[in-house]
Amino acid sequence: MTPILELKNIDYSYHTLDGETKALSNISFSLTKGEFTAVVGPSGCGKSTLLSLIDGLMKPESGELLMNGEPLTENSSKIGYMLQHDHLFEWRTVYRNVLLGAEISRKLTPEIKKRAEELLEQYGLKQFARSKPSELSGGMRQRAALIRTLLLEPELLLLDEPFSALDYQTRLAVSDDIGQIIRKSGKTALLVTHDLSEAVSLSDRVIVLTKRPAAVARIVPISFDLEHDTPLIRRNAPEFKTYFNEIWKELNHDGQITEKTV
Amino acid sequence: MVKSPKKRSDGQELFLYRLRRHRMIVCAARILILILFLFLWEVCADYGIIDSFIFSSPSRIALCFWEMVLDHSIFLHIGITLYETIVSFLLVTVSGILIAVLLWCSRGLSEILEPYLVVLNSLPKSALAPLLIVWLGATPTTIIAAGMSVAVFGSIMNLYTSFTTVDREKIKLIYTLHGNRRHALFKVVLPSSVPAIISNMKVNIGLCLVGVVIGEFLAARNGLGYLIIYSSQVFKMNWLLMSIVLLCIMAMALYAVIGIVEKIYRKKF
Repeated sequence: MTPILELKNIDYSYHTLDGETKALSNISFSLTKGEFTAVVGPSGCGKSTLLSLIDGLMKPESGELLMNGEPLTENSSKIGYMLQHDHLFEWRTVYRNVLLGAEISRKLTPEIKKRAEELLEQYGLKQFARSKPSELSGGMRQRAALIRTLLLEPELLLLDEPFSALDYQTRLAVSDDIGQIIRKSGKTALLVTHDLSEAVSLSDRVIVLTKRPAAVARIVPISFDLEHDTPLIRRNAPEFKTYFNEIWKELNHDGQITEKTV
Repeated sequence: MVKSPKKRSDGQELFLYRLRRHRMIVCAARILILILFLFLWEVCADYGIIDSFIFSSPSRIALCFWEMVLDHSIFLHIGITLYETIVSFLLVTVSGILIAVLLWCSRGLSEILEPYLVVLNSLPKSALAPLLIVWLGATPTTIIAAGMSVAVFGSIMNLYTSFTTVDREKIKLIYTLHGNRRHALFKVVLPSSVPAIISNMKVNIGLCLVGVVIGEFLAARNGLGYLIIYSSQVFKMNWLLMSIVLLCIMAMALYAVIGIVEKIYRKKF
């Protein structure tokens, strides 16, 4: 089976007047359909750069990006990207925020409006559809942002530390919530995070990157033997600690990570 | 004097009462200052402490205004100044937004034009007025152009700055939703700059009035600016001071109109 996304020897550097900063070096991995993959690495190692390249916002300097076996075209509508902050626009209602993507792609059909309303109801935001985003809690805002992304029906979801702006308690609840939503929808997801426990609790596979220039240090497959496999239950499972320590060691083995990164 | 003591038992009530009292004191003090000023002016003029020929007096100004109302001449002066100010304000607002959008669209263009805008913005605009008279003649067009010249360059620069300081991540969001630069402009940059545009309008309305009055000083047969220059030359101090009072009222009224626009916008969003 062709992987949904394949990265082959990706290189990327930032150029400034002061010189060149190599961000990514020879990155290769692939994602199979329906898989939830997490990317972890020291802060500033180029994780977000990786997502921007996959989304076509930037071009790799060398290497190949294949989606379903074909070279990735710029701004592919098959990819949905969730940023660190929800960026809901205060001058729009929640409902109109959710429709922003459809509006831009000129897909504002009655069907998509109906689907938006369904999703809002499904995720418990129906009564807030006509409210301003500021009336929503942090978790509800993230859900609205997820609906905005899902409404375009992407095959692949890119998540750039989508929970990092939330406080710890909300963060546990929201990552559990959103993790389950994504699992149920059967989408392929690539999550970038610096939180190891988040990576272990959400994903099927963790890709560990090295310090800048980022290269793939190791890929750790994650599997839990649980009846109800949800992110929160995973955190209490005995395997959790094992995986956590394994990835932790891998990052430390690199010799570059400092304590404050945790 | 405001609330019954029963209501004050609650902490919130007390807070509200104090707030209301504070506002009333501020309001009363403002009115009192005005009344006291007018009263002293009037008394000093009537008792010859100041020369009423030079300093006029509130009653003389009011009388002068009433006479001009009766012969309708004041409406022409107020009307023309108001018309020129509003037209130049609208032109400044529209052209300011359009040019700022153009500069936002092309980073190269904005980089090239920056020094020119800085020079034109810091140039004293009254220096341009005589030039405009020669080019455009002593017509309302000249005066509208003079009004515009005071406000337009600063307006472009302020709006452009506010456009470029829009959250980059919000623009990135548009691109992640497969939008282009045009979407970024209409979905993010312009909507999020509305507060900046309104506060820019507040500044512009005042500046346009300044420009129009400067224009009228130099090249007009009507208008409050003309009235000021004419009355100072023939030593009709009642006229002069009345014109200044009318300009004060006009400036306040125009500012209040923009304030209402802002309130409507705030309510809607």
